[in-house]
Amino acid sequence: MNKLLHHKWTPWVLLALAAAFPFVAGAIEANYLVRVGGVIGLFMLLGLGLNFTLGYAGLFDLGFIAFYAVGAYTTAIAMKAGAPGALALVLAVLVTLAVRALLGLTILRLRGDYLAVVTMGFGEIARLTINNLDSLTNGPKGMQLAPWRPLGFLSADPNVQYYLMILAAVAVSCVASRRLEDSRVGRAWIAIREDEIAARLSGIPVREYKLLAFTLSAAFAGLAGGLFAQWEQFVTPESFVFWESILVVSIVVLGGMGSIPGVLVGALVLVGFPPLMQWKLSADWINYRYLFFGLILVLVTLFRPQGILPSSRREAELTS
Amino acid sequence: MLIQQLINGLTLGAIYSLIALGYTLVYGILTMINFAHSEVLMLGSFMALGLAVALPSIFGGGPIGLVGMFVLSMAGAGIINVVIERFAYRPLRHISRLAPLISAIGVSIILQNGVFIWVSTQSLRFPEPVAIDQVNVMGATISTLQIIILAAALLLMAILHFFVEHTKLGKAMRACSDDIQTAGLMGINPDYIIALTFFVGGALGGAAGVLYGMNYGSIKYNLGFLPGAKAFTAAVLGGIGNIRGAVLGGFILGFLEVLASGYIPNGAQWRDVIAFSVLIIVLLVRPSGILGEKLAEKV
Repeated sequence: MNKLLHHKWTPWVLLALAAAFPFVAGAIEANYLVRVGGVIGLFMLLGLGLNFTLGYAGLFDLGFIAFYAVGAYTTAIAMKAGAPGALALVLAVLVTLAVRALLGLTILRLRGDYLAVVTMGFGEIARLTINNLDSLTNGPKGMQLAPWRPLGFLSADPNVQYYLMILAAVAVSCVASRRLEDSRVGRAWIAIREDEIAARLSGIPVREYKLLAFTLSAAFAGLAGGLFAQWEQFVTPESFVFWESILVVSIVVLGGMGSIPGVLVGALVLVGFPPLMQWKLSADWINYRYLFFGLILVLVTLFRPQGILPSSRREAELTS
Repeated sequence: MLIQQLINGLTLGAIYSLIALGYTLVYGILTMINFAHSEVLMLGSFMALGLAVALPSIFGGGPIGLVGMFVLSMAGAGIINVVIERFAYRPLRHISRLAPLISAIGVSIILQNGVFIWVSTQSLRFPEPVAIDQVNVMGATISTLQIIILAAALLLMAILHFFVEHTKLGKAMRACSDDIQTAGLMGINPDYIIALTFFVGGALGGAAGVLYGMNYGSIKYNLGFLPGAKAFTAAVLGGIGNIRGAVLGGFILGFLEVLASGYIPNGAQWRDVIAFSVLIIVLLVRPSGILGEKLAEKV
């Protein structure tokens, strides 16, 4: 099992299966699952993004969803101004990176839980600002987007199109994460996470590397936000509440901090579980889905505190 | 007008302070954010509602019923917090710093949805504890309700102060908060003190829940989240782990909110933005909160 998990072809086989999934689901009339799959993919992107901040550099961020919101709203505003869909996505990533870098420059000297609270505060500030700036964001009523359907040649169903685009984004993000993780930069991040003072004494420019991890995170959130806005063709501040930030943190920690497969599995379990229950269970049980969700969080944490698929480095650290 | 606002701020601040104390006590000992604290608060208010319906027949209405409802809800909330610690946090205590946090989030979701499913999905009316009168003081109207809330909160803070500073158990709590390992070597049972801390924190949270219910007149399964998040912010603002800091932070936050809604155009819309902005600015100037001690870096 373990050998199969680590085989070099395994990720590619899984990717191919995931790409074939919407066509199979279309054949067996399970289109609902394609939508669920797309949402899981968006949270995989968010998880992979937060993994840089929380998993690699060990910086605790409780307001990550704000950058998902910045990505979504940048896309919405750009497309309203007449930008084509692809350009809007690029803009979303750039604007998100810029906002994140500015925030990082101001707050990264805070540590631990103080950083967590300040990011939480920023998340709320961002959401409330979007909610109150009626002239730019149309406030709580939300913004409509013109449709952008670039994959029309593959399927007429927009859900399938966006599922495939999100899947491609997840695949690219995984490769990028893996390359960075194994690079000099990635090792520096992990050194900072393990012992900041020792890292500094070893000549790692701690401040710069923290800022890099913190900023890069946002690229993934911005992209996910942009895809979300284009897919739904509608954004409201309601989608970006504090609870969503908590969900992303749970995905990273429950999956296994700093572990790419862990984050993917975390998103699959936590985001996929409630709608799957809704799909399969009778109406009497639907109300119980979040209760079970909470139980999963507690039980998995109690029995696998290192995460479902921890990175080998962290597993060694926790079991020794 | 200003006096009126200050009194409203004082009432709100008192509630935030009580909640913030629960966060800060637990954080002081375990350096962990007890995410489920907001749900303990919510359960406190629901227990009080249940008792308010049941108690008049036992104690008769009036002050005795009120005190009985208060004390029993506090004890219940404290016990719930102890049970949560025993089953969801203790097994994870030595494993990693984030694992208890995720477990706490899970507990919080379970409790919230438990109430949602088995108690009520809607807002429930919270009965008025006593007949409410308005008192005029220097042009401001103060309701008896506000006086009860303030008096109860200040009394509890005084009791907590006495307990922590002047009793043997309080001394043990302070010792554990300073250095839990050394405290263990001095013959203090850390498990017992941690459980006690969760009880005290939970009881204060439960009291805050009752006061919250009285203040707003209705309660709902998700009422704990917002005051919980704000009170946690207040605890951090004052310097997390520091008892006086939590009280100070709670009152500052209460005043900020009330003054922002009263004096800034569209202030009600922006008051949370202002509160969080102040938090960020204060932390940038004083990275460990207003009264927080500057911690030496561990080498």
